[in-house]
Amino acid sequence: MQDPLAFVIAIAHIAAALALLNGVTTTFGQAKICSQAIESMARQPEAADSIRSTMFVGLAMAETSGIYGLLIAIVMLFANPLVNTMISHLG
Amino acid sequence: MNLEVNNLWVINVFGREIWITETIFNTWIIMAVLIILAVIIRVKLRSFKTVPQGFQNLAEAAVEIFDNFAKNTVGDHLSYIAPWFFMVFVFLLTSCLFSVFGLRAPTADWATTFAFSLGTFIIMIFMGLKHRKGNYLKSFFEPNVILFPINLIGEVAKPISLSFRLFGNMLSGTILLTLYYSLTPLFVQIGIPAVLHAIFDVAFGALQTYIFVIISFMYIRGAAE
Repeated sequence: MQDPLAFVIAIAHIAAALALLNGVTTTFGQAKICSQAIESMARQPEAADSIRSTMFVGLAMAETSGIYGLLIAIVMLFANPLVNTMISHLG
Repeated sequence: MNLEVNNLWVINVFGREIWITETIFNTWIIMAVLIILAVIIRVKLRSFKTVPQGFQNLAEAAVEIFDNFAKNTVGDHLSYIAPWFFMVFVFLLTSCLFSVFGLRAPTADWATTFAFSLGTFIIMIFMGLKHRKGNYLKSFFEPNVILFPINLIGEVAKPISLSFRLFGNMLSGTILLTLYYSLTPLFVQIGIPAVLHAIFDVAFGALQTYIFVIISFMYIRGAAE
C-alpha cells in the first residue's frame, strides 16, 4: 500500500457506483406499479383519475430508495468523512 | 463545473458569522415576487365582482382547485389546513421553476426542503394531538410497548424522507444540466438544453411539488384519523 489516501478515495468511488446500482431494483418496482396501474385503468376506465393519482404517489414512494442511493453516492464522492479523517490522520 | 451552493456574503451579527448563500438570496427573490403578487391580488380584491372575469377568474380558479384537491385528499373536516399547503405548493413550484432561468433552484438545497417538511411534521403532530388527543400518543405504543422505539424511528423518518425526495430530484436535475453545460461545446448549448430544462425542471419539479403536498396530506390524515 503506497498511498493510503488514494486507496480510500478509490474505494469511495467504487462504493458510490455500488450505491447507484439500487436504481435497478427501483426501476423494477416502478415498472410493476406502472403496469398494474395501466392494467386496472384498461379494466375500469371510469376510475382512471383516482388510479392515476394513486399511481403517482406510489411511484414517488418507490423512487425514494433510488434517491437515497443517489444521495449516498454524492456524499461518497463530494463530502466523504473518511477522506477528511484520513487527511488529518496522515498529518 | 459548479455543484456546490455558493456563498455570496458573510455578515457578522453579534460576533457570529452568518453566511448569505445563493439559496438564501434566490429565496428572497422568490419571496419578493410572491409577496408583490399577493399584494396585487389583495388590492384587486376590493374590485372583485360576483361574476368573475379575467384576472379574478385566474385567482379564484387557483384557490378553488386547490381547495377541492385538499378536500378530496385530506377530508372535509381537516381541509382548513389547505391555505398553508397552498403557500407551500406555490413556493415550491416557483422555486423548482427558478432553475429555468439558469440560476440555482432553492429546492436543490436540503435546507429549504427540510424546513418545509419540518413544517409538515409539526402540523402532523399538532393535528394528531388536536383531533385524537390521547389516542394519538397511545398509537406510538401499539401493538406492543416493546415496539415504541421502532414507531418513534418511523415517525422521525417521515420528514427526512419527504425532504430527501424533493431535494434528490431537484439535485439530480441540477447535476445533469451542469454536466451537460460543462461537457458540451458551445454550439449545442443553444436550443437543446430547453428540452432538458423542460423535463428536469418543469416536469419533475411540478410532479415532485404535487407529490410533496399529497404525501403531507396523507401523513396528516393518518395522524388525525
